[in-house]
Amino acid sequence: MAEDINRYLRQDKLPHIWCPGCGHGTIMANMLRGFARSRLDQDKTVVVSGIGCSGRATGYLDFDTLHVTHGRALTFATGIKMANPELTVIVVTGDGDGAAIGGNHLIHACRRNIDIKVVLFNNSIYGMTAGQFSPMTPTGATATTAPYGNIDQNFDLCELTRSAGATFVARGAAQQPRQLIKIFEKGFAHRGLTFIEAITQCPVNYGRRNKLGGARDMLNWQKEHIINQTKYESLAAEERQDKIPSGILYQDKREEYTERYEKVIASARGSEN
Amino acid sequence: MKNKAGDKIKENQARIMLLQGDEAVVEGGLVAGASFFAGYPITPASEIAEGFAEKLPALGGKFIQMEDEIASMGCVIGASLAGEKAITATSGPGFSLKQENLGLGIMVEAPCVVVNVQRVGPSTGLPTSPSQGDVMQARWGTHGDHPIIALSPSTVKETIDLTIKSFNMAEKYRIPVILLLDEIVGHMREKVRIPSAAEVEIVERKRPRPEDREEFNPYQETEDHIPPMPDYGQGFRYHSTGLFHDKTGFPRGKSEDARLLMDRLMAKIDENLDDIILLEDDLKGDEEVVVLSYGSTARSAISAVTRARQEGLKAGWVKLMTVWPFAEDYVARLADRVKEIVVPELNRGQLIGEVERAACGQAGISGIHRYDGTIIPPDEILDKIKEVS
Amino acid sequence: MAKKGRVKLVKPDWCKTCGICIEVCPVEVLELGQDRIKIVYPENCVGCENCELSCPDFVLKVVDENEE
Ligand SMILES: Cc1ncc(C[n+]2csc(CCOP(=O)(O)OP(=O)(O)O)c2C)c(N)n1
Ligand code: SF4
Ligand code: SF4
Ligand code: SF4
Ligand SMILES: [Mg+2]
Repeated sequence: MAEDINRYLRQDKLPHIWCPGCGHGTIMANMLRGFARSRLDQDKTVVVSGIGCSGRATGYLDFDTLHVTHGRALTFATGIKMANPELTVIVVTGDGDGAAIGGNHLIHACRRNIDIKVVLFNNSIYGMTAGQFSPMTPTGATATTAPYGNIDQNFDLCELTRSAGATFVARGAAQQPRQLIKIFEKGFAHRGLTFIEAITQCPVNYGRRNKLGGARDMLNWQKEHIINQTKYESLAAEERQDKIPSGILYQDKREEYTERYEKVIASARGSEN
Repeated sequence: MKNKAGDKIKENQARIMLLQGDEAVVEGGLVAGASFFAGYPITPASEIAEGFAEKLPALGGKFIQMEDEIASMGCVIGASLAGEKAITATSGPGFSLKQENLGLGIMVEAPCVVVNVQRVGPSTGLPTSPSQGDVMQARWGTHGDHPIIALSPSTVKETIDLTIKSFNMAEKYRIPVILLLDEIVGHMREKVRIPSAAEVEIVERKRPRPEDREEFNPYQETEDHIPPMPDYGQGFRYHSTGLFHDKTGFPRGKSEDARLLMDRLMAKIDENLDDIILLEDDLKGDEEVVVLSYGSTARSAISAVTRARQEGLKAGWVKLMTVWPFAEDYVARLADRVKEIVVPELNRGQLIGEVERAACGQAGISGIHRYDGTIIPPDEILDKIKEVS
Repeated sequence: MAKKGRVKLVKPDWCKTCGICIEVCPVEVLELGQDRIKIVYPENCVGCENCELSCPDFVLKVVDENEE
C-alpha cells in the first residue's frame, strides 16, 4: 500500500488552490510519500518556500513552515540549518523562484554543500503570474512575454547544481510517481545539498498556450520525453536530442557545511584556551 | 535555551578596551547574547563581520558570510526563527538590498538587529565618508506601511549601549531593529568600558510553554500585542508568511485580517513609546535656541552649545538616540517654549521634516546640512545659534 | 499487477475532475461525473495505485480489499 500522506497535510487548508490538472499536487503528494519512507521526524522538519504557485505548498504541509519572499527561500533555510543543524530543512521552489530570481542563492547553497533538500517544481513557466517565460522555458516556446517565441536558452538545472557542488542531484516527473517517491526517499536520507528537479505540468499557463493540450496530454508528453538515465545513456546522440534523463543523476560524499562549521567552533575554542 | 554565546559571555568580567564603533557593535552584541551573524562585506561595516567571525565560534555561536545582502537578511531571519539572537551589518548599497526581506522580517515578527554604518549615497557614493543619508530609508525603505525601530549612537560607548538595547527591543517587541551608525562613529576609536552581561538588562523573547502546543495560534492578539514565539523544531508546526494573515498565521485574503494585523504590528510600538524612545538633553529651562541632533553630529552640537553658553547665549541641546519612532510629543512640547530649533544633519534635510511636523509652527526651525562627506564642525553650529538667537 | 486492493474515494470533495486518474488507469474503473470522479466499475480495479499516486488532489486511495 502507498504511504498515507494525510498525517503530513493540514487537512483544514485543503483542497489546495492549484488548478485542475496542475502537477504541483502530484509532486507534493509524492514528496510526502518519500518523506514517510525516510522516517524523518515531522516535528524536527522545517519547510521553506518562496513565491509562486509552487511556493504555496508550505501552507498545506503540517510542519514548521515558512513562506518568504520571491527567490529567497534558500537564504532563510541556510539560517535555519546553521542555527540548528539537527533540523531537516526542505526548500520548495519553482523554476522562476529557484532558477531566475533565486539562482544565485541556489548555486551558493550547492557550493557550500549545506544539508538542505531543495525541491524545484519545474513547470517551465511563471505559473502564478500567468505565463511569462522562465529560465526553464524551452527556446522557441511561447509565453505571454515571448509572443514571438522564446529566444532565451534554458538551463539544465541538474548539470548546473552538480557543477556548483550539490552532492545529490536527481530529476523526476509527475508522470513517474514511483520513481519520484524513490528519489525523495533517497534524497531526504542524503546528507549535503540535495537538489531534486521535479518536472510538472501547468496546463493553464503553459500547456494551453503551447498547444500541448490539457493535463492528460502533457503527462503523455512527459512519458514520451522523460526517460530513465540508463536508457538515455544507451541512446545515440541524435536520439537524445528531444529526451530528458531522469532518476538519481549524481550522488557523492563531501563534508557537509554545518559539520565543517563545528570544526571551526572546535578550533576557535582550542585557540582560546 | 539557545543563547550559547550569551551564556558564555555572562561569565566574562567587565573590561576596559580601546575600541572602534564597529568593534563596539561586536562587543555590545555579545553582551546582549548575539549568537548568529550573517553578512556580506562592505566599507565601512566590514569590521563588524570580521569581529563576529572571530569571536562567535569560540562562544558556540555561528558566523556565515553569504553571497549578498539579500541572502544575509534572509539568513538572519531564518536563524532568528530557529531561536538565535541574530544580527547583520552593512552600509548604504547593502542596506538597499536588505529592504525586501526586512519587510518579511517585520511581517513574520522575527527579532533581529540590522546595522547600517552609513556612508554617502546614492549608489556607490563616497564609500569611506560619513553620512546620515539613510534616515528616511531606515523608516520607509521597505514597501508598505510598517512599524520600525531605529537607534543611532553618537559615541563608541553609546554604540555598546545601543547595540544591547537593539537586541533587547528586537526580542521584546518581535521586530527587526535598525542600528544606524555613521562612518565617523564606526571608525572612531575611544576608550570604553564593556559591561558584563550580569550588570545590564538582557531581554529574551517570550516563548510559549510546551503545553501550549495544542491550539497554538502563533499570531494571536495578546494584551501587549506581542505573541509568544516558539523556536523551530519544538513541535508547534506553525506557519509564517509575508502575506497578510490572521492569528493562525495563514492568509485568508480578507481585508479585515489585513487591518487587524497592521493595527497590531503598529500597536506593539505605538503603545510603548516611553520605553522605546531614548534621548538625552541638556536644557536649563530658559533656552531660546535648542540644537536637536543625533549620531556623530551630536558631538559637534554639544560642543557648539557649550561654547554658546560660555558666550552668554541661552542655548541647549537634545540628542536623539532613538530616531524611529520619532520623538514627536517631546519635540512638540519643546517647540512650545523655545524660539528656534536648529537641526544639523549629514544629509540634505531628512529628520528636520519630522521636527517641522511635530513643531507645527510653534518654533522656528533651521537646518544645517552637509552632504559632501565632511562633518559639520561646531563653529558652523555656533554661528547658526548666534544667527537665530 | 497483483490484485491487492480496491480504489476508494477518500476525499471526494477535493476532486477537480482533471481526469488524470482515468488516463493512468490500466482498466476501466473510473468515470468523470458532474463535479467529481465516480467509481463506476469497482470490480475491474486491480489495485495498481496508479490513480492514487498520480491524483494531484489526494482524492483516491487504494485500500485492502478486506478493509471496508
Ligand atoms: C520580487 C518579486 N518579483 C516578482 C514577483 C512576482 N512573481 C510572483 S510569482 C512569480 C513567478 C513564479 O514562477 P515559478 O517560480 O516558476 O512558480 P510557479 O508559479 O510556476 O509554480 C513572479 C514573477 C514577486 N512576488 N516578487
Ligand atoms: S497556474 Fe499553472 S502552476 Fe499555477 S496552479 Fe495553475 S496549473 Fe498549476
Ligand atoms: S485525478 Fe484526482 S482530481 Fe483528477 S479527476 Fe481523478 S480523482 Fe479527481
Ligand atoms: S488502482 Fe489502478 S486499477 Fe484501480 S482504479 Fe486506480 S488506476 Fe485503476
Ligand atoms: Mg514555474
